[in-house]
Amino acid sequence: MTSPADLTLAQLRDALTKKEVSSREATDAYLSRIEKADALNAFVEVTADKARAMADTADARLAKGEGGPLEGVPLGVKDLFCTEGVQTTAGSRILEGFVPTYESTVTSQLWRDGAVMLGKLNMDEFAMGSSNETSYFGPVINPWRRNDGSNAALTPGGSSGGSSTATAARLCAAATGTDTGGSIRQPASVTGTVGVKPTYGRCSRWGIVAFASSLDQAGPIAQDVRDAAIMLRSMAGHDPKDSTSIDRPVPDYEAAVGGSVKGLKVGVPKEYRLDGMPDEIEALWSTGVQWMKEAGAEVVDISLPLTKYALPVYYIVAPAEASSNLARYDGVKYGHRAKEFTDITSLYENTRAEGFGDEVKRRVLIGTYVLSAGYYDAYYLRAQKVRKKIFDEFVEAFKSVDLILTPSTPSAAFGLGEKMADPVQMYLNDVFTVTGNLAGLPGGSVPAGLDAAGLPLGLQLLARPFDEETLFKGLAALEAAAGQQCQPENWWAA
Amino acid sequence: MSVDKDTVRKVAHLARINVPEERLEPLAGELSCILDWIEQLNEVDIEGVEAMASTVDVALPMRADETAEGPTGGGQPDNIVGNAPKTEDNFFVVPKVVE
Repeated sequence: MTSPADLTLAQLRDALTKKEVSSREATDAYLSRIEKADALNAFVEVTADKARAMADTADARLAKGEGGPLEGVPLGVKDLFCTEGVQTTAGSRILEGFVPTYESTVTSQLWRDGAVMLGKLNMDEFAMGSSNETSYFGPVINPWRRNDGSNAALTPGGSSGGSSTATAARLCAAATGTDTGGSIRQPASVTGTVGVKPTYGRCSRWGIVAFASSLDQAGPIAQDVRDAAIMLRSMAGHDPKDSTSIDRPVPDYEAAVGGSVKGLKVGVPKEYRLDGMPDEIEALWSTGVQWMKEAGAEVVDISLPLTKYALPVYYIVAPAEASSNLARYDGVKYGHRAKEFTDITSLYENTRAEGFGDEVKRRVLIGTYVLSAGYYDAYYLRAQKVRKKIFDEFVEAFKSVDLILTPSTPSAAFGLGEKMADPVQMYLNDVFTVTGNLAGLPGGSVPAGLDAAGLPLGLQLLARPFDEETLFKGLAALEAAAGQQCQPENWWAA
Repeated sequence: MSVDKDTVRKVAHLARINVPEERLEPLAGELSCILDWIEQLNEVDIEGVEAMASTVDVALPMRADETAEGPTGGGQPDNIVGNAPKTEDNFFVVPKVVE
């Protein structure tokens, strides 16, 4: 018999409902896999006792036929979501030992629906990074390796690198992620998983450690499109505790999976064709166009001329918001406090010098600089105006198309250490995803094939605000056309 | 270079991050590199464009002026100071700030 940990989330849910397997069995199967997967460094903390207790509760409810939509399904949680009584670090030394006394809205909805928490997943520090190398707890390793026999350790993407690796290595049925500039879609793309960032305002940000509040959105990383749809339905919904959360009904996204894309108009923006982009990415994109046509969609060329300015806008707006949000880490209210100080100012300065890593410091400094007197208009205000123009460009484009198809990332997974020396090179990983955050659009990445080195590549779709149903339809059509995807070979089990 | 050593020192102090003297010059280089790349935004015509702070086009909702129930409510000092490095009688303790 196959392990319950080999099932997709939807298959496991159905098997649990039919009592073919218990949540305790599935939970134990995942926990034993996690125990053997230290080499991947996906988890910051495994909550085995809590998981077993939650599984037993779920089994009791399932026995009575009272199971919720995720009853008994074991999940991983990105360590950016506050979890009551369980350490929440945001991948930072400054929050080491922080144990929230409350639960984030998104995770509380997962538990409301019956899910089981396996533990907290590693990530780039404060979600600032595209390779998971900025984590205080060390980088996560991609379960995928190149087929050249080199065994070089590759990045699982970032910032949701623990979520992408744990899902790809089947250490959880699915995982939560967050996406500020591509942090769900980019790691999903380089690990052969599905990642969906919903419309800004779909999921509550309450209880998620804040990075850039006008861009941050929670979403799932999952094994397939159906699983992502099931996860998002539980994660989404209005929350009065987040003033930017939108009061709209949450549709049954799973019902949209498998729906016909016949007659949908899919735009292909020529500006996403970058100089120096690998031929394989270009070829994959053309294949995606072909798949959408064969599925009955009409593909049209569109133009989004301001695309190249999206990343520079992001690297003003996000650090500016971060410098403000991270002002709360002062060594007084929670988290790390420096031992050496002479007065309140040196307490702050030493605490933050010790508690933040290099990339976080860089971004807080950039953010402070662009918001400081004399530079505000030249940088911050200008960036907000260019952001408006990018937003308007998408509004205009979506008057004539229903979806926009692009590659998810400009390359497959790269080696650890390869891009750490040059921040701008690292930032370019998010070139295709960041526009969706600036404009608040829903977007998702699906595995679409392997490159010559045997590494997964993804295709991205963007949709109109709050039209996640069309997004899921499109993603499922691409997934169906791409067919059965390979799994990474298990080299990590100890 | 768009920022020099003195600017980094000033900004680091504004951000309350202690940066050792020997890190100021390398940081000036790193930050300049990022800011020089950002300079390309000057090519965009922003005449008459409204600055955008959020993609959510709704007014901030108002709520009744009353104490909330649950984690955002009052009456839970133990939870509030529970993670603080140093407390006394449910107060946060900091070094002396007034002589």
